[in-house]
Amino acid sequence: MRFIMRAIIGFFRLFYQSVFLSLSQIWANKTRSILTTIGIVIGVASVTAVIAALSGLKAKILTQVETLGSNTIFIQPKRPDTGPLQHAPWWSIRFLPEQFDGMLEHCPSVKRFGRQTWAGSQTVSFREKSVENVSIRGIEPDCHKIESRPVMLGRPLSVIDEMQVRQVCLIDPKLRNDLRLDRDCIGQPILIGHNTFYIIGVLEPRPESLFGGGDQERSEIFIPFKTSFKLQRYLYIGVLAESKSAEVSEDARAEISFFLRRTRNIKPGEPDNFEVMSLQNLLDMFNKMALIVTMVASGIVGISLLVGGVGIMNIMLVTVSERTREIGLRKAVGAKKSAILTQFLIESVVLCFVGGLVGIGFGQLLTTGIANIPKVELDMAYIPLWAIGISFGFSGAVGIFFGMFPAIKAARLDPIEALRHE
Amino acid sequence: MIAAEADKPTIKPQGDKSVIKLKDITRIYKVGVERIHALDGISLELKENEYVAVMGASGSGKSTLMNVLGCLDRATSGYYGLDGQDTTKLSDAALARVRNERIGFVFQSFELLSQLTAIKNVEMPLIYSRNGWRSRRKRAQSVLERVGLSDRIKHKPNQLSGGEKQRVAIARALVCGPSILLADEPTGNLDSKTSESIMELFDKLHQEGQTIIIVTHEEFVAHHAERIIHMKDGRIFSDMPSNRKKANETEMYHEEQGRAS
Repeated sequence: MRFIMRAIIGFFRLFYQSVFLSLSQIWANKTRSILTTIGIVIGVASVTAVIAALSGLKAKILTQVETLGSNTIFIQPKRPDTGPLQHAPWWSIRFLPEQFDGMLEHCPSVKRFGRQTWAGSQTVSFREKSVENVSIRGIEPDCHKIESRPVMLGRPLSVIDEMQVRQVCLIDPKLRNDLRLDRDCIGQPILIGHNTFYIIGVLEPRPESLFGGGDQERSEIFIPFKTSFKLQRYLYIGVLAESKSAEVSEDARAEISFFLRRTRNIKPGEPDNFEVMSLQNLLDMFNKMALIVTMVASGIVGISLLVGGVGIMNIMLVTVSERTREIGLRKAVGAKKSAILTQFLIESVVLCFVGGLVGIGFGQLLTTGIANIPKVELDMAYIPLWAIGISFGFSGAVGIFFGMFPAIKAARLDPIEALRHE
Repeated sequence: MIAAEADKPTIKPQGDKSVIKLKDITRIYKVGVERIHALDGISLELKENEYVAVMGASGSGKSTLMNVLGCLDRATSGYYGLDGQDTTKLSDAALARVRNERIGFVFQSFELLSQLTAIKNVEMPLIYSRNGWRSRRKRAQSVLERVGLSDRIKHKPNQLSGGEKQRVAIARALVCGPSILLADEPTGNLDSKTSESIMELFDKLHQEGQTIIIVTHEEFVAHHAERIIHMKDGRIFSDMPSNRKKANETEMYHEEQGRAS
């Protein structure tokens, strides 16, 4: 017991001395230390920046999921990975509106669904003012309930608008401003292309979206689903659905797939030519992607740490040979092998820690840089605490691993030979 | 215990306690198939507070003897007792402890660490010592006073003259309160005037009770000692009291005579 206590106390003395000594060594050889630790700095900076970006993206997606609701299911055409349809033109695998008729009766886990069309971009005008490149979406009334875009003025699209194929529209506040419409613009006629539509409501601005979004700068107009076919004869259709609860969302996906295979006449054995994705799916996909990115990044970081580590080993070997006489002297005045080993090991670990610290600093700079790039959804990027821990852990490990060989070399030196060294 | 010894350096130990006892020490180096007898059966006894100079031409084995005495090297065969303890069977770690606590080295080229101040250099052996840690600053200071450098404590080696550097090195050798002070050509890098002052310091330490062994090839250095051992071909060629010792003894004899009368 006493022996162990002594050993521990002895280690701490040595630790204390060695840390100060190695810091002064690093300071004395500034240029060398900077060049040596650059590998570690780059490694740690890049790993923290990548982790920060991914963490930010994930935080973003999670907030998105909260606003969209995790019960949402997206359905869209997709080329199968195999089979003859692999290179089929998009047009041939498009959804037809009637393929979804009766879906609610056949899919008990689906609460509601809404078809929507993308009627392309049109020039919208009101009196002399016109705005180009406004995206036009035809939606069924249920889409409102699935995708929460509250109407802040007027009313949402109704079943009657749909049935009567009315030329009515919902606009967003940005378009209202751009067209110089009154604040209360309900009932005003605007021209979409060459067709007159009457405004029935104003939607709240779109929340920043990662999926199916398009960019923030473009305005959107929502018109009834059927009316959109008046603007253009043939349109691509996508479907939003909502499962009855998050628990049955997988069931809902299966039911929809089964239903669509029948309505789209896919024979048994043929692959699906559409995809049914829940938000959960998207999250899973993101996590998978994040994992791949993390792995690729860690590979690169691993290589840079390896290179950095070799640099550390090299410089420690130089240090050991430069300070051979010092090692001899220390041994002559009573330093044990273990003491010399500890001293040089601590020196290389301190060197790596300094590199890690600088690396985290650079990582933080990079993260701030990434977060401030406009139009890239990374403004929530942050370095999580565990990433800092991992960075330090890795730099320490590199220090120990690559410092071990030089330290052993130093510890094994014969004091007489060492003192004779020139 | 060691600290106590260091704190009371002026008490001159009495009696004939043996510090070093060598019996048939050999040290054989193997170079290829050849066997070089660097030490070839050395027997020697050193009493407490002896002041010995080891002389000899290069290759006579005096450096090897020094390394063996300093526990830096192990004898190939024979018995080496230090303070009555057999050192030949000690482990490396135990030998390191012996070097730390009982042996003080002074080198020809000082071997100070250039990035440390004088006092930090002197403190250095106490880092490796079991019970020197807490009082290290105080002990280093008192030992620097002993070698006459109390005003140079914060200076780095490059701000010190050669003689001052050697004084720091001597202070470092003394800080752990060693049984023997081993000096290898301590004046080899110094001019004659500085050498003389360093030798006076050794004389003073001897007077304070320190056992000292100096390896040298300079006659005037050797004549400061009380006993001169000449080595040749790994053996002791001659071992006799120096003129100084004789002079001292005559002096003491005369003093006693004077007191008696």
